[in-house]
Amino acid sequence: MLLITVVIGIYLTILIANMGGYVDEIRKGSIRESISISVTLNKAYQNLTVDQRRTLISDLVAIEEGRLGLDQPFAIRSVRFLKDALTLNLGRAEYLTSDSGSKLVRLIILERLPPTLLLMGAAQLILFVVSIFAALALSRSYGSWADRLVIALAPTGAAPGWFYGLFLILIFAGLLRLLPFGGMVDAPPPSDPTAYAISLIRHLILPVLALVLSSGVLTIYNWRTFFLIYSSEDYVDMAKAKGLPDRVIESRYILRPTLPTIITNFALILISLWTGAIILETVFNWPGLGRLNFRAINLYDTPVIVGIAIIYAYLLAITVFLLDFVYALVDPRVKVGGNGGAQR
Amino acid sequence: MRAWRELTEYPSAIVGLLIIAVVVGLAVYTLVTMPYGEAIRLWRGGEEVWQDYPKNASPSWTNLFRQSDLPATVVLDTRAGTAEKSLDRSTPGITDATLDFTFDWTADYFPQELSLFTYASFGEKQPFVEVTWFTPDDREIKVADLSSKASDAYRFEADASLVRRLKGVAPQRALLADPNVEELTPLKGQYRVRVTGLFFEDDGDLDAKLVSYGQVHGMAGTDHRRRDLTVALMWGAPVALAFGLLAAVGTTITTMFIAAFGVWFGGAVDGLIQRLTEVNMILPFLPILIMVGTFYSRSIWVILGAVVALGIFGSSIKTYRAIFLQVREAPYIEAARAYGARGGRIVAQYLVPRIIPMLIPSLVVTIPTYVFLEASLAVLGLGDPVLPTWGKLINDANENGALFNGYYYWVLQPAALLMLTGLGFSMVGFALDRVFNPRLRGL
Repeated sequence: MLLITVVIGIYLTILIANMGGYVDEIRKGSIRESISISVTLNKAYQNLTVDQRRTLISDLVAIEEGRLGLDQPFAIRSVRFLKDALTLNLGRAEYLTSDSGSKLVRLIILERLPPTLLLMGAAQLILFVVSIFAALALSRSYGSWADRLVIALAPTGAAPGWFYGLFLILIFAGLLRLLPFGGMVDAPPPSDPTAYAISLIRHLILPVLALVLSSGVLTIYNWRTFFLIYSSEDYVDMAKAKGLPDRVIESRYILRPTLPTIITNFALILISLWTGAIILETVFNWPGLGRLNFRAINLYDTPVIVGIAIIYAYLLAITVFLLDFVYALVDPRVKVGGNGGAQR
Repeated sequence: MRAWRELTEYPSAIVGLLIIAVVVGLAVYTLVTMPYGEAIRLWRGGEEVWQDYPKNASPSWTNLFRQSDLPATVVLDTRAGTAEKSLDRSTPGITDATLDFTFDWTADYFPQELSLFTYASFGEKQPFVEVTWFTPDDREIKVADLSSKASDAYRFEADASLVRRLKGVAPQRALLADPNVEELTPLKGQYRVRVTGLFFEDDGDLDAKLVSYGQVHGMAGTDHRRRDLTVALMWGAPVALAFGLLAAVGTTITTMFIAAFGVWFGGAVDGLIQRLTEVNMILPFLPILIMVGTFYSRSIWVILGAVVALGIFGSSIKTYRAIFLQVREAPYIEAARAYGARGGRIVAQYLVPRIIPMLIPSLVVTIPTYVFLEASLAVLGLGDPVLPTWGKLINDANENGALFNGYYYWVLQPAALLMLTGLGFSMVGFALDRVFNPRLRGL
């Protein structure tokens, strides 16, 4: 089921990427231009008449288009694109190269994936842990000043992570000069592994903080509300009446039934985090997928831009799949292999 | 009305409404005082529009936080009558023009740059122009000998020979510095710049404009191209509001109708809509917008269309579907069916109105998302190519290392306006949510 969804999603991405043949027109134009330049500049062809030269150019263009598969109808080509995309055969970049010098889009993207996974993994983990403990604490001290503060601050979640990133850079890098402006490690990278790790962590603090700040307050607010709703259930009162300790009530009677709701909520947060990271990485100069995307936009490197969109579709699909899996683990009513849509 | 009264019981809603009112007011004021064409001229016009503005100057309100004020720009122009001009045509075949620019320097800081723009009218031979600088303590410094074209710009700090004569100190500092003080401090008092033009014709004429660029400019400061940021800050308001509102209304309403149709017709239609929603969840939203922006068009309206198209099958369909499933069983729907109402009529007249109260909070809450989305795309360099927006300002600032170089105002002003707009809408949205969702009341 999920596989079909992924295939359809990627096919749609390809269709959009091609804009109904719009990109092909651009590519055909650039093929024609480069071939006519090379023919005009080639000394061997200079004795040809204008007509001969023209037929030569159109022959060469036809060969080149055939080689790239541009002469087939779009429907057939799009299926071939789909096959390539599903097997991550993403073609060759036009301008960008990977650090190892390869022009294969797949290698360029794979090289950029670990920094993105590191940043997002760290941020998502911290966000989840911080939110769940903070939300539990707030639901316990309902109505306290901290609780009211979170309610008051909840609307600040409207701003995306990169926006807080700007302020964090301004304060911690610009004014206080405590943390670096951006990048992943110091330049040149320290050779000692411990120094490397410390430098990496120093560069991680601000982007992770930006992500946690932007999603954190709203998440804590939402989860606290879930906890409050579930803690007013009768069986919680019953457990209290039995004299069970607070810890047990919290973990068994409140947290357990709330988890499916929380995981659905977290899934939506994760999806928005994935795409939001593109700009965050740009702002923080983090050498991940987002930064690569930004450079590809500026260089107009079509294969890379399309490739990144496909990789993001995969990342989202994997996220959804993993969450479905976790969902089945925490909610006994859902069986693995069933129609796993995250519904409540 | 009841909802309105309840809403005003939330202080955050009142603050939010006030903020929205201010932003809407700013947008209307902008549209009235600075129509589209005028804004584009001011923002894209070219050198002559912002020639007299300083580069990267802070807003003038920053002077409130300084012990002594940074200087503003001083423009002295013979054509505007702010400088004196006398022509001497007594010798045949020769015109002597003498231009005097006098100004008082009271600031504790130096000007950012000094420039002299000359406008000469002559037949064939270019005139000789001589520039001399008189300080308050009666020193006379020869600045330059030029031969002026019909219109010419002389930038003091770009004149290598002048810098050499001033012992390597930038002219805008050295010419105003107090010679008796070790550290460079400006000498306060009346300065005079004399520009003489010698024409070898009877009817030559010379006009000139002396600009001492300040370190502060206007309400909002200027950017690296000397453009006044006020234009972009003001025009950002209507653009942000229009984009946010249209995108939010477009996605929410289409989503709701699709959910309603799915629930009403059920079966295959419902299943298809459900599957499409799942596919849509996997479609990478921002990368697709990036592709639309790079391959197709960066126009804000095309992007708006793409946002709405991608948002149609958004995840909120599931929420609406759950509500519609309950509403569908209500007796009044059965009554409608009994009198023979068709599907379309039931959806539009009976199902949809029922859910509108629940729709309003989510609509208001999503507005900031789209306002920030426009800014996000602009920060990626995919902003509208013509319109000045808040996001484009942040993008410009980021590309020119504003934070690194300490031009904080350049980022802070558009960021503050974005934040304000976003906060206003989401505060009202949160309060509306509590008013319309009784389950949340009291929590």
